[in-house]
Amino acid sequence: MSLASRTLAARLPDIVGAAHVINEPAQLAFYEIDGKTPGAAVRPGSREEVADVVKFAAAENLAVIPSGARTKLGIGLPPARYDIALDMTRLDRMIAYDPADLTLSIEAGHSLSKAIGLLGDHRQFLPLFVPYFNRATIGGTIASGVDSPLRQYYGTARDYVLGMEFVTADGALAKSGGRVVKNVSGYDLHKLMIGSLGSLGVIVSVNFKTFPAPVATRGFVATFDSMEKAVEMRQRASKSALTPLTMEILSPRVADMFLSEAASRIGSGAMPADVLSPKHWAFSSGYGGTEKVLARYESDFQKMAAELGAAHTAVLDSNTRPPAFSRKREFIPIALSEAFSPATTIMKISVLPSRMKELLTVVQIAGDSYSLEWAAVARGVGVIYVAFFPRDKDEQWRARVMNVSDEIFTTCEKIGGNATIPWTRSGWKSTLKIWGPERSDFAQMQKVKNVFDPRGIFAPGRFVGGL
Amino acid sequence: MRRASPAGARRKIDGARPGDYSCREEATTTHPATSMDTRLLNDLKKLLGADMVLHQPEELLLYEYDGSVETARPNCVVFPRNKEHVQGIVALANRYQVPLVGRGAGTGLSGGALARRGGIIVSFTRMNRILEVDVENQRAIVQPGVVNAELTAATAPLGLYYAPDPSSQKACTIGGNVSENSGGPHTLVYGVTTNHVLSLEAVLPTGELIRIGSQAVDSVGYDLPGLFVGSEGTLALVTEVTVRLMRIPEMVKTLLAIFNTLDDTTETVAAITAGGITPAACEMLDGWTLRAVEAYVHAGFPLDSAAVLLIDIDGTREEAELQAEEVAEVCRKHNAREVRVARDTRERDLLWKGRKNAFGAVGRFSTTYYVQDGVIPRTKLPQTLRRITEISEKYGFQIGNIFHAGDGNLHPLILFDARDEKQLRGAVAAADEIIEFCVQMGGAITGEHGVGMEKDRLMPLIFNETDLDLMRHVRDAFNPTGLLNPEKVLPIKKGCGEIYSRPLPAAGASPP
Repeated sequence: MSLASRTLAARLPDIVGAAHVINEPAQLAFYEIDGKTPGAAVRPGSREEVADVVKFAAAENLAVIPSGARTKLGIGLPPARYDIALDMTRLDRMIAYDPADLTLSIEAGHSLSKAIGLLGDHRQFLPLFVPYFNRATIGGTIASGVDSPLRQYYGTARDYVLGMEFVTADGALAKSGGRVVKNVSGYDLHKLMIGSLGSLGVIVSVNFKTFPAPVATRGFVATFDSMEKAVEMRQRASKSALTPLTMEILSPRVADMFLSEAASRIGSGAMPADVLSPKHWAFSSGYGGTEKVLARYESDFQKMAAELGAAHTAVLDSNTRPPAFSRKREFIPIALSEAFSPATTIMKISVLPSRMKELLTVVQIAGDSYSLEWAAVARGVGVIYVAFFPRDKDEQWRARVMNVSDEIFTTCEKIGGNATIPWTRSGWKSTLKIWGPERSDFAQMQKVKNVFDPRGIFAPGRFVGGL
Repeated sequence: MRRASPAGARRKIDGARPGDYSCREEATTTHPATSMDTRLLNDLKKLLGADMVLHQPEELLLYEYDGSVETARPNCVVFPRNKEHVQGIVALANRYQVPLVGRGAGTGLSGGALARRGGIIVSFTRMNRILEVDVENQRAIVQPGVVNAELTAATAPLGLYYAPDPSSQKACTIGGNVSENSGGPHTLVYGVTTNHVLSLEAVLPTGELIRIGSQAVDSVGYDLPGLFVGSEGTLALVTEVTVRLMRIPEMVKTLLAIFNTLDDTTETVAAITAGGITPAACEMLDGWTLRAVEAYVHAGFPLDSAAVLLIDIDGTREEAELQAEEVAEVCRKHNAREVRVARDTRERDLLWKGRKNAFGAVGRFSTTYYVQDGVIPRTKLPQTLRRITEISEKYGFQIGNIFHAGDGNLHPLILFDARDEKQLRGAVAAADEIIEFCVQMGGAITGEHGVGMEKDRLMPLIFNETDLDLMRHVRDAFNPTGLLNPEKVLPIKKGCGEIYSRPLPAAGASPP
């Protein structure tokens, strides 16, 4: 036992109780991140206990990595240090939900899907239909900054997180924002926490604006014989009077993925057949409202699709839409399935919507020239997820992934976009540019990190530029 | 609006402890308010041209004020025309250790653009070009001095508009909006400034030119635009802004719901949102205010009602028609005595003209008024309005209410005579009671006007010293010498020797 381990074993039970400290190597393997196992894992039961754990870690200069359901810890660089796994799942209270105010205050360890389920009793919801939806926690969802297909209409977490409480690197409880829908009192520090991978503080609770659920939703899918036409459909829809809830372009390979065994494990029913085709690009959009509104969307979409010479169109109803939607939501976990590749590598690319064609063309050409199979889901707002499926995990395939990703980084720099590699093999993280090329605003991010965590005890080394 | 008397009287007691970082700005930036180093003035003139530097007392008079009840005199006002000028100004401010304050149109309501500790006001009114409108991607790149309404006017022929629309939109600038994270009536469904800013170029008080965020969504790393928007000019001087534009909806329905009691009106607001409809705007005008407005605008507001709701519903034809009918039904169910629907753009514009010119209308009735800005959960509207009525009676001031009811953002207008010292103090006390009640209701001290120099002393109502210290450290990381907009937003730490008397509202005297 190292000195650090002995200190942990001696002190942590005083803070959270012996039952909530994990020291056994076999159990600690569960908390591994990129091959690193912590010295101990703790499961605090209150925000005060979280603060005390951090206070202790700060005093001993121990590195802390907070986590929820551990579904999105693949994002980021391997930790430089990792002493304490801070398991937040016992902080699972719904603090306040005021349906009439459309506000929710909830602890970080609360299940996301259960929270949305409870809001459903009041015909409300949070537009956070993120990957690993059924397992994800509130805190992990916010800290990992993952997005939802519904961002087309509702935006991202930064648009509806009203405030937050978090534990600082001194082990103090701090907050910013509030519980009201409009608020300019003080700096919006909570916005910095979103997508920060726990590198600035430990989120203990989040205040949300909730949304009324649409009375009914439906989906429209049109398939095309070229990427250009599918993208053009998105451009036309954006210029129309319609304001759909989701809008995506799917590459041909997605059809197989959504019909696969891996996708059926999501457990939301069978993917309707003859909606997607492995030979076609698809445009897919969800929309909500009353019958009259739904009919308007359908007729406008049908008209646009016909004008562009769609190969096939389909309307998804309350039975067929959920399985299709949940597959779109779970594109990343499906792509990461061993069934497709032993080394799936997923890039997140954002470009101006008018540049989507250009970017997807680069992906097509680069993928072909390196014989690297790939699949893409491109959101209407200009965020493109591309999954690459190397046939092997050896150096030859790593090099191909690196060459393709480098071409994409170069294109992004040229056309004013951003790209990162949120998911890849741990072993490839040291050579691929996980966070993309060096950024001109990195110095400003360093300033932020230095304010929040001057000694680098929160998830050290994992964030952009190794912050 | 002209101000009756200088205000913001303040006593300063020496004794700041050197080394206490929160006092540092004071130690380094105290300057006599009457003289300015002529060498600095000469250097500024050399940089910008003599006509771009104002420093005569009569030239500075206008810049002592903004739309708030505060005043503070700058030593000079400068007008940069490009970012190099801004960098040059910052360099000079550093060399001479003089405070810097950015300013747009000066319509702010919390003293954000006032030179609380003197120094240089950097007016962005000459940096007022729309650099690019990208129709395909629904974005615009603008200089900070572009007037809010002009951006919408320029993009409307292309089918687009800029959503945040403060009441001062005909004058206020995008740069000012970014600093204050401004709202407006139509931010209920589409969000406030921060939801529409993608990227910023700015000069830090250290002179560094930075670019944060990106033209594409989801810039990599920490959400720096999220931090900078709404930082009230305390972190950087913004030199360029990329904003998102919205598509003009196919249909807008404007409803005027008329009520006989305040309670019916406020309960209707909560019922609309709780019923699953989010209107594009949901504004409330109480009886007193709408009588004032009607006398001025002649919009056809009913003179004998207790309050009205002015509601916009937008979307596709199908969505707007249906939701307008649903909203009208909710209003009737809550005893609206009449629900009018604007028949055309002219009627609609007239109703909105009444709303947006309300403050001007009120100016005809009182020599002075104090516009407050508090926010509460919208279900707490009924008791909060009742409490405001009690406070009005207790202090003997007429208090008008005209506000963004849909998101619980109150704007009580306290009418008083600023020439009477006792009334002045009373008005501030009444305002404080209202804000304290908002906080008790689970609300916040400002919804859209900002903290500035008006409410820094109220920040401890909602934040403890840990929260405030963290914010101070963030400020100090970007504004290490405290030269940029000193003594705003964050209260000076206790023990720094600075004791303020309550800010005395100057407010506007209307022409007789």
